[in-house]
Amino acid sequence: KRIQTLDTRNLAQSVSHGCGECQTSCGIANQQCEQMKENQ
Amino acid sequence: MVHQYKNNGYNIVLDANSGSVHVVDDVAYDIIALYEDHTSQEIVTAILEKYADHSDVTEEEVLGTLKDIEQLKEDGRLFSEDTYENLAWDFKNRATVIKALCLHIAHDCNLACKYCFAGKGEYCGDKALMSFEVGKRALDFLIENSGTRRNLEVDFFGGEPLMNFDVVKQLVAYAREQEKIHNKNFRFTLTTNGVLLSDEVIEFANKEMYNVVLSLDGRKETNDRLRVSRNGKGSYDMIVPRFQKMAELRHQEGYYVRGTYTHYNTDFAEDILHIADLGFKQVAMEPVVADPKEDYALKEEDLPVLLNQYDILAKEMLRRSRGGDGFTFFHYMIDLTGGPCIYKRISGCGVGTEYMAVTPWGDLYPCHQFVGNEKFKLGDVFNGIQNQELRDEFKLCNVYARKECHDCFAKMFCSGGCTANAYHSTGSLTGTYKLGCDLHRKRIECAIMLKVAEAMDHEESTV
Repeated sequence: KRIQTLDTRNLAQSVSHGCGECQTSCGIANQQCEQMKENQ
Repeated sequence: MVHQYKNNGYNIVLDANSGSVHVVDDVAYDIIALYEDHTSQEIVTAILEKYADHSDVTEEEVLGTLKDIEQLKEDGRLFSEDTYENLAWDFKNRATVIKALCLHIAHDCNLACKYCFAGKGEYCGDKALMSFEVGKRALDFLIENSGTRRNLEVDFFGGEPLMNFDVVKQLVAYAREQEKIHNKNFRFTLTTNGVLLSDEVIEFANKEMYNVVLSLDGRKETNDRLRVSRNGKGSYDMIVPRFQKMAELRHQEGYYVRGTYTHYNTDFAEDILHIADLGFKQVAMEPVVADPKEDYALKEEDLPVLLNQYDILAKEMLRRSRGGDGFTFFHYMIDLTGGPCIYKRISGCGVGTEYMAVTPWGDLYPCHQFVGNEKFKLGDVFNGIQNQELRDEFKLCNVYARKECHDCFAKMFCSGGCTANAYHSTGSLTGTYKLGCDLHRKRIECAIMLKVAEAMDHEESTV
């Protein structure tokens, strides 16, 4: 297909989520959401 | 904001504000590039002219692709708007809790690495070891100020923290008692140069440490040029076997072998691959941040070479991964489906607000890279935060406070970058460290390319 879209977390939809339980990040991009991890 | 780039044979389109990633063919790539500034008819004409010798590129095809783009736009996955700025200020107006402390358990070191930001581990001050009493008070301070946060993080840092190992053990035992009482979960990390990595330490760390950072710069000649003992002897031969033992006993998880590259090894991909060839599966490698006058400091003219190294590394990692011998590079880890929410992405690392460093005397600083600069002292663990004005200044350090970030495609992946690096390179907490930004953008591009390759490989294998 001319355009293929990867499966990604939609950031706009994550607004409804900021619990702060994720790790501090001296990185941001390679973090995982703690709530999503628990729900898996 | 849409960022288009070509890497390793893939045409990649990143919709920065939604986090969506698209892989497209040449025609769609060109259409997307024209989409915002041209009419449909102009796009059809331009594409048909460019691809005149391609029989499959017809007006119907181009219009169909335009329709697909329109649908993605409607779905908020392409050309989406940045509607998050107000969230950043709202988030910062919330009551602030502290969820992580960096304990400077030792302001002393048994190595004398020439590029050390902590000045041989002493932070431009006196040598000192943190007492159990100060450390205990720091843990109590963290619990008291953590609100409803359950996960609390404590880094044992230095200097070389293993020079004060008995206190590390006592503090972990104390925290384990307290976490039951207060319904908290402590995650400890340890950063070490490996000189004192005995079997006892390895056993303890593998039981108690959530993550361990093992410092090694790569090839022997690279490492031993700058990571030297007090008498100038290289450290490679001494530490590598210890790190290998530790990594194996940790089942190759929950650690990083973490190096620093400098002007002396701008071919740093070779150092990363060397670390992987030593059997390490978790590797991190960071550019040195140094006074430009230092001989090892990275120069602006190094940049093209450095950017190319990240491409070389990504391609080699992909080759190894496909051959079943992959390894993880810290900056190429990116979780597209389970990554952090928008609040985390726009508010950054929590420096000076959620995260603080504690000196051996109990003084509080915004992070380990501000320790030693009295101007940035926030208070101490006995009397709490006394410089609220400074803390409020750090609360405003988010991606929207940095004007250079406004039009940067990587802003949702770096949150405005490292505040300490920005301060040390520009004198402003809300500045940006240009070289660091250039490198980070490249790393994000490579990380996404690897995700694209993984997705395409998976698709091919299931066809």
